[in-house]
Amino acid sequence: MSTMNTVGRPTAPAPSTPDHDYKHPTLTGGRGLLQDEPLIFEGDGWFKTGVDLVEPKSDGGDLGDLVRRDPIGLPGLSEPEAMRHYVRLSQKNHAIDLALYPLGSCTMKHNPRLNEKMARLPGFSDIHPLQPVSTVQGALELMDTLAHWLKTLTGMPAVAMSPKAGAHGELCGLMAIRAAHEASGEHLKRRKVLVPTSAHGTNPATAAFVGYTVVEVAQTDDGRVDVADLASKLGDDVAAIMVTNPNTCGLFERDIIEIARLTHEAGAYFYCDGANFNAIVGRVRPGDLGVDAMHINLHKTFSTPHGGGGPGAGPVVLSEALAPFAPAPWVVADGDGFKLIERGEDEAAQAFGRMCAFNGQMGMFVRALSYMMSHGSDGLRQVAEDAVLNANYIKARLSDVMSAAFPDGPCMHEALFDDEWLKGTEITTLDFAKAMIDEGFHPMTMYFPLVVHGAMLIEPTETESKAELDRFINALRLLAQAAKAGEVDRFKNAPFHAPLRRLDETRAARSPRLRWTAPEGHNMAAE
Amino acid sequence: MRYLPLTPDDRSAMLAAIGVSSIDDLFVDVPQSARRDGVVDLPRVMGELEVERALKNLAARNTVAGDVPFFCGAGAYRHHVPATVDHIIQRSEFLTSYTPYQPEIAQGTLQYLYEFQTQVANLTGMDVANASLYDGSTAMAEGVLMATRVTRRNKAVISGGVHPHYVAATETVVHAVGVETEVLPPAIDAEADVIGKIGPDTACVVVQTPNVFGTATDVTKIAEAARSAGALLIVVVTEAVSMGLLKSPGEMGADIVAAEGQSIGNALNFGGPYVGLFAAREKLIRQMPGRLCGETVDADGERGFVLTLSTREQHIRRDKATSNICTNSGLCCLAFSIHMSLLGETGLRKLALLNHEKALATRDALAAIPGVEVLTPRFFNEFAVRLPRPAAEVVERLAEHRVLAGVPFSRLNPEAGMDDVLLVAVTETTLDADIQILASALAKVLAH
Amino acid sequence: MKFTKDHEWVRLEGDVATVGITKHAADQLGDVVFVETPEAGRAVSQKDGFAVVESVKAASDVYAPVSGEVIEGNDALASAPETVNADPEGAGWFAKIKVLNPAELDGLMDRAAYDQFLTTL
Repeated sequence: MSTMNTVGRPTAPAPSTPDHDYKHPTLTGGRGLLQDEPLIFEGDGWFKTGVDLVEPKSDGGDLGDLVRRDPIGLPGLSEPEAMRHYVRLSQKNHAIDLALYPLGSCTMKHNPRLNEKMARLPGFSDIHPLQPVSTVQGALELMDTLAHWLKTLTGMPAVAMSPKAGAHGELCGLMAIRAAHEASGEHLKRRKVLVPTSAHGTNPATAAFVGYTVVEVAQTDDGRVDVADLASKLGDDVAAIMVTNPNTCGLFERDIIEIARLTHEAGAYFYCDGANFNAIVGRVRPGDLGVDAMHINLHKTFSTPHGGGGPGAGPVVLSEALAPFAPAPWVVADGDGFKLIERGEDEAAQAFGRMCAFNGQMGMFVRALSYMMSHGSDGLRQVAEDAVLNANYIKARLSDVMSAAFPDGPCMHEALFDDEWLKGTEITTLDFAKAMIDEGFHPMTMYFPLVVHGAMLIEPTETESKAELDRFINALRLLAQAAKAGEVDRFKNAPFHAPLRRLDETRAARSPRLRWTAPEGHNMAAE
Repeated sequence: MRYLPLTPDDRSAMLAAIGVSSIDDLFVDVPQSARRDGVVDLPRVMGELEVERALKNLAARNTVAGDVPFFCGAGAYRHHVPATVDHIIQRSEFLTSYTPYQPEIAQGTLQYLYEFQTQVANLTGMDVANASLYDGSTAMAEGVLMATRVTRRNKAVISGGVHPHYVAATETVVHAVGVETEVLPPAIDAEADVIGKIGPDTACVVVQTPNVFGTATDVTKIAEAARSAGALLIVVVTEAVSMGLLKSPGEMGADIVAAEGQSIGNALNFGGPYVGLFAAREKLIRQMPGRLCGETVDADGERGFVLTLSTREQHIRRDKATSNICTNSGLCCLAFSIHMSLLGETGLRKLALLNHEKALATRDALAAIPGVEVLTPRFFNEFAVRLPRPAAEVVERLAEHRVLAGVPFSRLNPEAGMDDVLLVAVTETTLDADIQILASALAKVLAH
Repeated sequence: MKFTKDHEWVRLEGDVATVGITKHAADQLGDVVFVETPEAGRAVSQKDGFAVVESVKAASDVYAPVSGEVIEGNDALASAPETVNADPEGAGWFAKIKVLNPAELDGLMDRAAYDQFLTTL
C-alpha cells in the first residue's frame, strides 16, 4: 500500500539518542509548553495600563500636600500581556483538576464549578456587608440555612459563622472557652490546655496565642490519645483539651467518649479540631461524642477551593454551654425575616467580642451550601464512606511494599506510612516525595504527624475514581521497588521533570529577598 | 451522585481487596453509641438545576449594589473589576491548588505571591509585605501584637478615627494575650488627639487614613512622636485605591501598614472573603506574621521562589509561633495582583482621581440640601455628613426607594452619640445620574 | 569545656563563660539560617532560654548553661549564621556571660560524659 505522505515530512519521531541528557538546558529557558516567564517588574510596562478609564478632569489639587508625588513602582500590562503572564504562571502549578493531590490532613477534593457559579450571582457577590438589613434578607437566610446544615450534621446547638479559616476558628473556639471560664470565675486558675503530641501545629499555637500554657499529652502505641496520661494531667487548672478526631494519624479515637467525660468531670471543655470531619460527615455527629466546640474547614469537608492557600472559612459549632459566648455578628430569625446581631448587647450580652470586620466568608458560605445541597444528607454520608474506603484501599494495596505506621485495624480517611521500609536505602521520605513529582503526582503530606518517623500521610478523598487510585498505587509500587533496588539517583536528585529542580531553601532563609528591587538607575516613574 | 466516581462494583471490589465485608467494618472504631444508622434529617441529593433554582431564589431577595444608586463604603468598596481577573482566578491551576509547600510544582503560585508582595510594598511605600492575611481588621490585630513583640511593651493607643469593627476585632484578640488598649473617642479629625496620648509604655499608635469618616491626614508628625517615644506607628488603610492618590503610609513614616485590599480585584461579597495587606520596615521581618515568599535558586541555578522564614510559623514554632495563622487569602491576593497589574501605576492614579472627583461632586450635591452639613474637610472617596434626623432612619427610608445612601455611623458605633452622621462613599462606578437621584431622594425624605 | 543535656557547651575563663551549641546540635539542626543572640547587660538564669537558633525546618531556644550577666553576644552570627555549622565550638559561640556562681558548672557533663550521653539518644 502506498503512503499518503507525499511531501517527505517524517511522521514518526527520530530514533532516540540514548546519550541525550534530559536535563540539557534549552537556549532560551523555555521548555515546550512551559514558558520562561519573567516578573511583571522585569518587562517594559512602567507606563502601560490594561484598563481604559475616562480622563480625570482634576489633579487632586484640593488635597495639597497630601497628594502622592513620587513614583509608586507599579508596572502595567495590556490585557493580552496580562493573560499570557498568568496563564504561563498557571502552567507551573499542580492542581486537583490535573491529578490526585494526596495531601494528608488537607482534604484536596474536587471543587464543583456549580459552586463558583452560585457564589458569583450578583445577589451574593455584589451586596455590601453594611447595606440595610432589609435589603439582604436572602443573604441572611442563606447564612441561616448553612448554619442549620452545620448544626444538624454535627449535632450541635449553635454555630459561630464569622471565623475566616480553620486556625481562626480554633481561636474563636478557645476564646469562647476562655469566656465561659471567666463567666464562672474560674479563668484565673485554669491556665493550661492539653494537646496531644500528634496535633496540628495550629492547636498549640492557638492555645499559646490566647495566653494558655500548652501541656502535651502522650500517645499510645496504637496511635491514639493515652487516656491514662490525659487523666493524670486533667485537673482544676486545665481550661480545655484540644483533640483532633479522627486524629492526625488517620485513626478514630476509640475512647473519645471517655475522653470527653473525663474532661467535663475536671470542669474543662473539649475542643475538637474538625480538620478531619470529612471522614465522618453524615455518619457520626461530634455532638454525640461530647464535643463542646469544633471548627469546620469549609475548604476541606465542604469543598470550597483551596485557591493556592486561601481564602478558607472556619465556622465553629458550639455546645449549649459555650453558645452564649459566640462572637458577633450572628443571624437570628425575626418573625418572617432575619436580623443581624452586630453588637454585644441584649441577647448577645455575653458575646466575647468580634473575630473580624464583617460577616465572615460569605463567598465561601454560598459555595459550601451549594455543595451540601448537591449531595444531600444521603450523598454526604456516602462522601465519608467513600473517603474512608479509598484510604483503606490505598493502605491495603501498599502495605506489602511500604510500612504502614499502624497496620492493625482500619484507618479512616487517610493512610499513614512511616519510613521504616526505606531503612538501608539512603533514601528519605523527602527524596521519595520528590520522585513522586517526576511521576506526575503531588507528594503526600510528609513528616507530619511528628509522632511518626519520616511520616507519609496519604489522603485520597472520595472524589478519586478506582482507576485513578490504581494508577497512583501502581506509581508508588514502582517507586518503592526502585528505591529498594538501589536506584538512589532517581530519588536523591529528584525532581528532574518539574518546572524547577529542588530549590535552595537555606539560601532563601539566610539572606531573605522578599521583593523585587529596581536595579541601580532604573526609571520606574510613570509619565 | 455526580461528584462521586466510585460505582457499586468498585466499592465491592475495593472492600474485597481490603479484606472486609462491608463499609461498616471500616467504622468499627466509632463507639457504638455514636454510630448513626440512617441519614440525618436534611434534604436529599439534588441535581444542578434544583440547587441553582433554590440559590437563585435566595439571591433574588437581596438588593444588588449594581442595580441601584449605591453609596456604601466604611471598609468595603464597590469598584469595577476587569473580566480578565475573574477568568484567571478560576483557572484550575490557581483555583484547585494547595498552599505551595512543594515549590517545584507550585512556581505559578509562588511567583505571583512574590509579585504581590512587591506590589503591596510599593503601594504602601514600605520595605516588605507578606503574602496576605485574612482581611484588614485581622491584619490590624496582628500588627498590634507584632508591635508588642518588637517593643516589648504592652499598650496600644488607637485613634478614634479607626473603623470601630477593626477596633473590636483587634481588642478581642489582643486583650486575650493581656495587651492593653486605649481607644480615643471618635471624631472627624481624631488623629489630632493621638500625639498627646503616647507614653513610655506605648508599644504602638494605630491611626487610619483616610479614617472611618473619610478624613485624609498626613500622619508624619505622629510617626515622629511615636519614634521619639520608642513606639511604632501602625497605619490602617481600608480603601487601598486611596494610595493611588494620597501620600503612602511609608512616606509618612509608618512602621507597619495593615490594610484591606478588597477594593482592588475583589467583589463586595457581603463582607468576605477579602484580603489583608500587611507591610513593614525591613528590620521587622522576623517578627512578621503570616506567609512570606522569597527568591532563591534551584539545583541547576535557575531562579525560583519558595515560602521562607517559616520558622516563625505555627507548623514549626507551634506554641512559640508569631501567630497561629495557617492560611493566607490566596485567590483574593491573586485577584488583587492581576487587577493591579492591569491598572499599573498609570491606571491606578487615574482610577484614584476619578474616585476623588466623583466624591467631590457628590459632596457638592449633598451640601446644597437644606439641613445637610458636610463634616469631612479633606477626603479621598468617602465623607461624613450630618443629617437633621437619625441617619439609620433616613437610610432605611431611602432603601425603600431603592437608593442605598451609605452607612449610618451608629451602625458601627451606637454609643458615640453620632446617630445623625451618615458615611457616604463614591467610586468610579457611581453615575452622575446616581448622584442626582441620591440628592433629590434625600432632599425629599428630609423635607417630610 | 562542660556540656548540658540540651546540647549547649560552656567554657570558663576567669569568671567569664563562653557558651554555644555543640557540634551534635548543629548537625541535628542542619543548615543554620538565623541566630538571635542576647544583648549585653541582660541577666540570665541557668536553664533560661537566652538565644534562638533556626534552620530552614526547625527553630530552637538555646538555654543558658550558667547564670549571670551577658557581657557580649556574638553579633557576627547575624550576618554569618553558617559559622554555627562550620565551627560550633569555636567561632560559632553565642554569648559571653559573667558567671555568678561557678559551682553551677559542677552539675554539667565533661566531654567524655557528654559523648557517652550522645550514645544513649
